Amino acid sequence: MQINSIVCIKQVPDTTQVRIDPDSGSLIRQGIPSVINPYDLYALEAALKVRDSHGGTITALSMGPPQADEALKKAIGYGVDRAVLLSDRAFAGADTLATTYTLSAAIRKIAGELTAAGAAGIDMVFCGKQSIDGDTGQVGPGLARRLDLSQVTYVCSLLEVDAETRTVRAWRQREDGRELLEARLPVAVTITEACNPIRYAALPDLLWAAKAPVEVWSAGVLEVEPDRLGLKGSPTRVSKVFAPPARERGETLSGPDRPPNEIAAALFDKLAERGLVIGGSSG
Amino acid sequence: MPVGSGDVWVVVEQEGGRAEPVSWELMGEAAALARELGVRPAAVILGSTGRQLSRTAFSSGAEVAYLVEHPDLEPYTADPHCQALVELAEKFSPQIILLGATTRGRDLASAAATELETGLTADCTRLDIDTTKKLLRQTRPAFGGNVMATIITPHHLPQIATVRPGVFTAPQPVEGVSGETVVLKPHIKAAATAVKQLQFAPNPNTGVTLNGAKVIVAGGRGLKAGRNFALLEELAAELGGEVGASRGAVDAGWISQHRQVGQTGQTVRPVLYFAVGISGAVQHLAGMQESDVIVAINNDPEAPIFEVADYGIVGDLFDVMPAMIGEVKQRKLAAGGEASPALLKQGGGMRTKTGAGGGSE
Ligand SMILES: Cc1cc2nc3c(=O)[nH]c(=O)nc-3n(C[C@H](O)[C@H](O)[C@H](O)COP(=O)(O)OP(=O)(O)OC[C@H]3O[C@@H](n4cnc5c(N)ncnc54)[C@H](O)[C@@H]3O)c2cc1C
Ligand SMILES: Cc1cc2nc3c(=O)[nH]c(=O)nc-3n(C[C@H](O)[C@H](O)[C@H](O)COP(=O)(O)OP(=O)(O)OC[C@H]3O[C@@H](n4cnc5c(N)ncnc54)[C@H](O)[C@@H]3O)c2cc1C
Repeated sequence: MQINSIVCIKQVPDTTQVRIDPDSGSLIRQGIPSVINPYDLYALEAALKVRDSHGGTITALSMGPPQADEALKKAIGYGVDRAVLLSDRAFAGADTLATTYTLSAAIRKIAGELTAAGAAGIDMVFCGKQSIDGDTGQVGPGLARRLDLSQVTYVCSLLEVDAETRTVRAWRQREDGRELLEARLPVAVTITEACNPIRYAALPDLLWAAKAPVEVWSAGVLEVEPDRLGLKGSPTRVSKVFAPPARERGETLSGPDRPPNEIAAALFDKLAERGLVIGGSSG
Repeated sequence: MPVGSGDVWVVVEQEGGRAEPVSWELMGEAAALARELGVRPAAVILGSTGRQLSRTAFSSGAEVAYLVEHPDLEPYTADPHCQALVELAEKFSPQIILLGATTRGRDLASAAATELETGLTADCTRLDIDTTKKLLRQTRPAFGGNVMATIITPHHLPQIATVRPGVFTAPQPVEGVSGETVVLKPHIKAAATAVKQLQFAPNPNTGVTLNGAKVIVAGGRGLKAGRNFALLEELAAELGGEVGASRGAVDAGWISQHRQVGQTGQTVRPVLYFAVGISGAVQHLAGMQESDVIVAINNDPEAPIFEVADYGIVGDLFDVMPAMIGEVKQRKLAAGGEASPALLKQGGGMRTKTGAGGGSE
């Protein structure tokens, strides 16, 4: 039996460069390069691996501005069968609840098209463990709930899918260890960086992908209620953004001719003044 | 839309009757928020854990404990917990639900917020009440720590947030206090057991507990070789701390990935952080810049780590580190006993009740 998958891909700014404009207090996003959310590449690789052994199709799905088609073209270069970009002003400003509402509507439509063509629908939805901008990790579980999928987050090793019993086994990373879970298909998994890194995409494939078509869907083609999309459909509101309180550069304890033992004594005197360490130096 | 009159809940993260410390950290904060709103703080304990945990909940500030018992609730899997929490929330209409921002708390919170069709703010480092609007203001880092955002859920209840462990301090338990206990048997649909735990493998090197460490001595590529981490291990041992590392050192194969601090490693908030031979790349800073005191040792005076260091030492770490170790040993001797840790137990105190990352108000 073949396995049909969705891989959710978010285009994100290279977050190390995002800053707050000190004057306006708003995010400076202009001129910041966009990349595929790094965890989504692990998700993509996991999906490709399942297809290697079971066949079936992979659809890469992203919600974002028109430029997000770059991320999907990259996914095509890695070998996905189909790429769909959900792009519409109505989707803008979505929090995770509105995001999963919109993505799940698209996944239903894709599944419907598969069943109309005689296939079994969607068996697996792959997400990254979290994005590097919004950083919430809430989209994967949200999709699982909305589509009534088994939910397995923080997967650090995806083991074989058993197409006969329609189950998948995966190791899930927790703070205190790892647990081996068996989940019934259809399933939503979120993938961590402990899984395999993305395979090599051959240059000709990437070049070909650059010209490959990405389907762009607007709200009109989805079965959705307009009030549940984008900012309107988002219960959370960002009431302000600000730069994290900057740490101030502190004191330099070293000097041109200061010997290391004096520096060390000075440091621990300072720490003792702050009440962090016991007592004074014996020297 | 509704201004809540419901209680402030904490979902206690527990397994086999052992709760995660973050649950009690949140209980203390929930009690403060509830006081401000004039409602009750409550603990939600999912699983069949007996009364022991509810006693801890009461001694940590809860006035109500919901004991939600069902065989499908242990071991933890998302769906049964989600169903139980949603049923409870629909029945008792809390206005705020707090969970730890752990792999489990995030897993459960996202599922439950979706079912309840309400807002969920992730990984908060500060919570307070907008007293005029009676709304929870949830402040969190985003963009890898470069940006702080304050988020509200103005028109939906409950307002749900996950909170980073270690941000709040667990209250000193007050013995002998009690509260109302409500025992419930939730209806969990059979389909909810579509995920089964087959096996649990605890972390092999249980020694690595960077998250709770008061002192971290972290090393980078400046160490030049894995064996030189012995210098850091010695200082860490003397101070009762843990050894951490930059990704540079991890990628060089000098030290286990479990000890990596930063954006793709662990986020730590010790009282004292030593960055030794670490340049201070932004991805490293993202994981440690909320430490109370940062000491940087680097032979390059231009290294960016000095921008965030409270105490900068420009010098060769191979000269400075032995001097540090010698100094600590000397002080411990002077303080009268090798066994006594050099750090005061309740050290720090610079960490405010509302946690780090607070905005300028
Ligand atoms: C500063 C800031 C703070 C925010 N805080 C919150 C908050 O606390 N709560 C909240 O609900 N929203 C929040 N948001 C909004 C949130 O970032 C967006 O809803 C976003 O569309 C999805 O959330 P995420 O980036 O956290 O994704 P995550 O849940 O972290 O992403 C996990 C995975 O889901 C998939 N995925 C996520 N987004 C998309 C997409 N657009 N298209 C395709 N696949 C996707 C990817 O596989 C990704 O790896 C915040 C936004 C900003 C700018
Ligand atoms: C997506 C992404 C995620 C990342 N995540 C992380 C992360 O989680 N954690 C992390 O740490 N990095 C992370 N990085 C990598 C990060 O960008 C840096 O490359 C890394 O932190 C550098 O490690 P380092 O400081 O040990 O090495 P270097 O940058 O090489 O610095 C070594 C320092 O040692 C000093 N030095 C050399 N010899 C001596 C001596 N004898 N005495 C004193 N000082 C000496 C040098 O002056 C230099 O400043 C990430 C990068 C990316 C792109």
